[in-house]
Amino acid sequence: MINKDLVVIGGGPAGLAAAISAHENGIKDILIIEREEHLGGILNQCIHNGFGLHTFKEELTGPEYAMRYVEKVIEEKIPYVLETMVIDLDEDKKITAINEKEGVMEIKAKAVILAMGCRERPRGALNIPGYRPSGIYSAGTAQKFVNIDGFLPGRNIVILGSGDIGLIMARRLTLEGANVKMVLEIMPYSGGLKRNIVQCLNDYNIPLRLSHTVTKIYGKDRVEGVTVSAVDEHMKPIPGTEEYVECDTLLLSVGLIPENELSRKAGVYINPRTQGPIVSNTLETSIPGVFACGNVLHVHDLVDYVSMEAEAAGKHAAVYLNSHEEAKPDVTVEAGNGVRYTVPSYIDTKILDKILTVRFRVSGVYENQYISVYFDAKRLYHKQKRILTPGEMEQVLLPNAWFAQSPGLKTIRICVEGE
Amino acid sequence: MFDTIIIGAGVVGANIAAEMARYNLKIGLLEKNLDVCEETSKANSGIVHSGYDALPGTLKAKYNVLGSNMMESLCKRLQVPYRRNGSLIIAHKDQGTEKLEELRKQGVANGVEKLRIIGQDEIFTLEPNLNPDVTYALYAPTGGIVDPFQLTIGPAEIACQNGVKFFFDAAVTGITREQGVFVIQSKKGVFRTKTIINAAGVFSDDINNWLSNDKKTIKPRKGEYCLFDKEVGNLVSSTIFQLPTAAGKGVLVTPTAEGNLLVGPNSLEKYDKEDTMTSAEGLDYVLNTASKSVANVPTRFIITGFAGIRASEIGGDFVLGEAKDVPGFFNALGIESPGLSAAPAIAVDMAKWVAEYLHAELKKVYIDKREELVRFEQLSNEERQKLFLKNPDYGRVICRCELVTLAEIKNAIHRPLGATTVDGIKRRTRAGSGRCQGGFCSPKVLDILARELGKDPREIEKFSEKSTFLVGFDKDML
Repeated sequence: MINKDLVVIGGGPAGLAAAISAHENGIKDILIIEREEHLGGILNQCIHNGFGLHTFKEELTGPEYAMRYVEKVIEEKIPYVLETMVIDLDEDKKITAINEKEGVMEIKAKAVILAMGCRERPRGALNIPGYRPSGIYSAGTAQKFVNIDGFLPGRNIVILGSGDIGLIMARRLTLEGANVKMVLEIMPYSGGLKRNIVQCLNDYNIPLRLSHTVTKIYGKDRVEGVTVSAVDEHMKPIPGTEEYVECDTLLLSVGLIPENELSRKAGVYINPRTQGPIVSNTLETSIPGVFACGNVLHVHDLVDYVSMEAEAAGKHAAVYLNSHEEAKPDVTVEAGNGVRYTVPSYIDTKILDKILTVRFRVSGVYENQYISVYFDAKRLYHKQKRILTPGEMEQVLLPNAWFAQSPGLKTIRICVEGE
Repeated sequence: MFDTIIIGAGVVGANIAAEMARYNLKIGLLEKNLDVCEETSKANSGIVHSGYDALPGTLKAKYNVLGSNMMESLCKRLQVPYRRNGSLIIAHKDQGTEKLEELRKQGVANGVEKLRIIGQDEIFTLEPNLNPDVTYALYAPTGGIVDPFQLTIGPAEIACQNGVKFFFDAAVTGITREQGVFVIQSKKGVFRTKTIINAAGVFSDDINNWLSNDKKTIKPRKGEYCLFDKEVGNLVSSTIFQLPTAAGKGVLVTPTAEGNLLVGPNSLEKYDKEDTMTSAEGLDYVLNTASKSVANVPTRFIITGFAGIRASEIGGDFVLGEAKDVPGFFNALGIESPGLSAAPAIAVDMAKWVAEYLHAELKKVYIDKREELVRFEQLSNEERQKLFLKNPDYGRVICRCELVTLAEIKNAIHRPLGATTVDGIKRRTRAGSGRCQGGFCSPKVLDILARELGKDPREIEKFSEKSTFLVGFDKDML
C-alpha cells in the first residue's frame, strides 16, 4: 500500500489544474494518475484553436493549452503516472490502479480529486433504428482517428447533433477532404457555442438543420445512407418529412456523460441532472475529502472554466488536508425556473471565498430574459441577457458581502425570469 | 475428399463440429462470414429454456430438455458464462392461472423439473421490480442464461484444436451428388465430401432443397431487442416471460449472463433472411410490452439495439437427421428457439448418426478443454497481480467499461480460430460491449488488430469485407 496526501484521478485539464493549485497551496505529496500515454486528456486531440481566451488572454490550440499546465507540472516536479487505470475507489479513499510497470497497486489517499472527464453518448442511447454497419462514430472517436492517427473515417458525412465536438468535426473533416453534407439537431436550437456555428458551419456552407434527426440507418456492412426527418415540438419525427441522404458515415455528437463509475463505486452522491457528483462550494462531494472538478462534475463548454473550477478544487483540497475540517453546508442552492442545475448544490458559509462562482445551465432558449439570484426571498442579482441557451454554461458571482448581509440564510435560488 | 462437411458456424454447426471431432474423420466447416457466430447465434435472447414451452413429443421439447440438462457441465468445461437464474412466466389479474397450469402440465410431460405456480407474495419476494399487476407466475427454477457468443466460439475452438478445418468467407453456392459423393460449390472453391451436415440456419432450406425432394421452407421471423447498461442489470434476477402466443414466447425481460439487462424480442415475419434492421416501431413495441412485466423500463440506460432472424421451418419443429431420399445428407434445419438451449444435445446425436453412417471410430486423443480464457474483470486483485507478473500486458487496460486488458485482446487474436475483426474481439473479450459502445476502445482495438495481424489499419473490418472503419488518410483526396 502506497500512502499519498492527495491523489488526482485524471491528468486532463481538470486534473492538471487541480494538482498545480493544490501544490501552490502547500500540498507536496501528490500523485496524478492518467490512463492515456500523455498528460493533457482530450485536449490533445482538439487541435483547433480557441482555447485559453479567458485564462491566458490568447487563442491557443488544445495541445498548446494543455502544455501550459503540463510544463508547470514538470517544472514543479509534481509526480504523475501515465498509462495507469484506476479500477477502484472506495469510501476510505483507497485507490486501486493498474499499469504495465507495477501491475495492481493500492494507494491510500488522505484526499482525492475526481477529474475523470466525460464520455460521449453512443448510438444506442438514442435508439436509432437500422442495421449495425461500420461508419457510425461518436464525434470524439472520429476526432481521434483524424487528428491523432491521421486516418479519414469516411468521405460523405452526416453529423447528428450540434454539440461543440460535432461542429468542430464538421470543419475538421471538411479541411481533411471529406464532404460534410449536413449537421442535424433534434432541438430547435444548437447545443454548441455560437462561435462554433459561425466558424465551423457557416464559413464552410455546411447546412445546420434544426428540429431534424436521423430516423433510420441504411447499409449492412458500411453505412450507405440515412433517413432524415423533421421533428415536432415533442421531438417526435413528423411523418411525410422523411428524406434519404446518401452518406458513408454518420457522426454522433449527441451529448456527453460525466464518467462517474468510480465515484459511484465509492458511494459519492450523484446529481441526476448533471450525472456528476453533488458538491458543496468547496467542490467537496458527499464523501469528506473527495473533491470533483471539470467534466466529471458537469459538462463544461469552455476549458477555461474547467481550469478555474479545478483550481478551486485543488485549493480546497489543500485546505482540507491542512485543517482536516470537512464542509458542513448550511445553505442550499436551488435551480429555479429555467435553470437545469447549479454547481455547487450546497454552501458552507463558514468556508467562503471572497467571491463564490455558481455555474449553471439554462433549460431552454430565452431571449431578453433576466438571470436573478435570490437569497431566501431577497433578490440580490438581476441582470438582463440578450440570449440564454442550454449550449452555453452560465455563471453568477456571489460576493462574500452578500452572505454577510444575510444572517440565517437558508436557500439561494437562481432562476430565469422577466423584468 | 472430406468425410464430412458442416455448413454453417453458428451455435448448431459449432457444437456439431466439436462432437464430430471426437471421431477419426476428415471434417471441414464452411462459413460464409469471416468468423463464427455471425448470424442468428449472435442476436438472440441468450436463454437456456427449461423446456415447458414446446409441445410434448416434438423434437423441440426433447432436445430442449436434454440441452438444458447438459448446459451446466458443458459451460463449465468450455468456460462459457452461464447461470441458472430461473424463469417466471407471469400472468396478470385478468389472465388467471389456467394458461399457467397448462404450461406447467406441458412442462411436466416434457420432463421439466420443479415447476410450480406461485402467487404475488412469492413473486414479489423473488422479483420486487415487477409490474404490480402481475398476479400469478409459473416458476421454472431450471431456466438459465448463457453467453451465446461463447457457447458458439467455445465448441468451435474445441473443433479447431481437434483438427476440424474451418473455411471462412466460403458461402455455398450449389451442391450436387455425383456417384455417391457430394460436390459443394463455394466462394472458396469446390469441396468433395462423403457426408454433409446442414446447419445453415436461415438458409438451411436452400441447402436441403438443392439435394432433397422433401422440400423445406424457412419462414424467417425477425426479433428486435434493446440491451441496457450493467447498472440496471439487476432490475430482475430471473428471466421474466409473458404468456406465450402463437407468435412465440413473447417479450422477455432478463439479465444476461454477462450482467446486462436485455429486453425483447418482438416477432415479425420477413421475406428477407438477412433483414436484421431494427425499426422505431419494433423497439417501441418491445419497450412498451416489457412495461407489462416490470414496473419501470429504465430506457435511459439503453446502450444498443439489435435484431436477429429466427430460422422457423413451416412444419413448426426442428428437422433433424438424414434426409430420407439423400443418403449421407443430414439436416439440422429449422433450429429456432429453443435452438440455443438444444444445440449441444442436437450435436451429440447428430455426431452419432453421422459417425454410424461413416462407420467411424472414436479418436484416441480428444482435447475437450479450451485454452484458458482469462476474464480480468472478474478476478480478485491478487489473481490480477499474479497474471500481471507473468505477462505485463495484463497491466494495460484497453476497454475501460468492461475492464479488458491488452493481454486478453492479443489472446483473442492468437488463440485457436482467433479474432480477425473488431466484432470478433468484442464477442471474445467484451471490449466495446460496454456503456460507451467502443467509443474509447475501438481505435485502440483496431490498432492492436492491425499490429498483431500485420495489416494496414485501413484493412481492419468490423465484421465483413466491406465493413472497414477507415477509408483513407487525411487529405488524400485534396
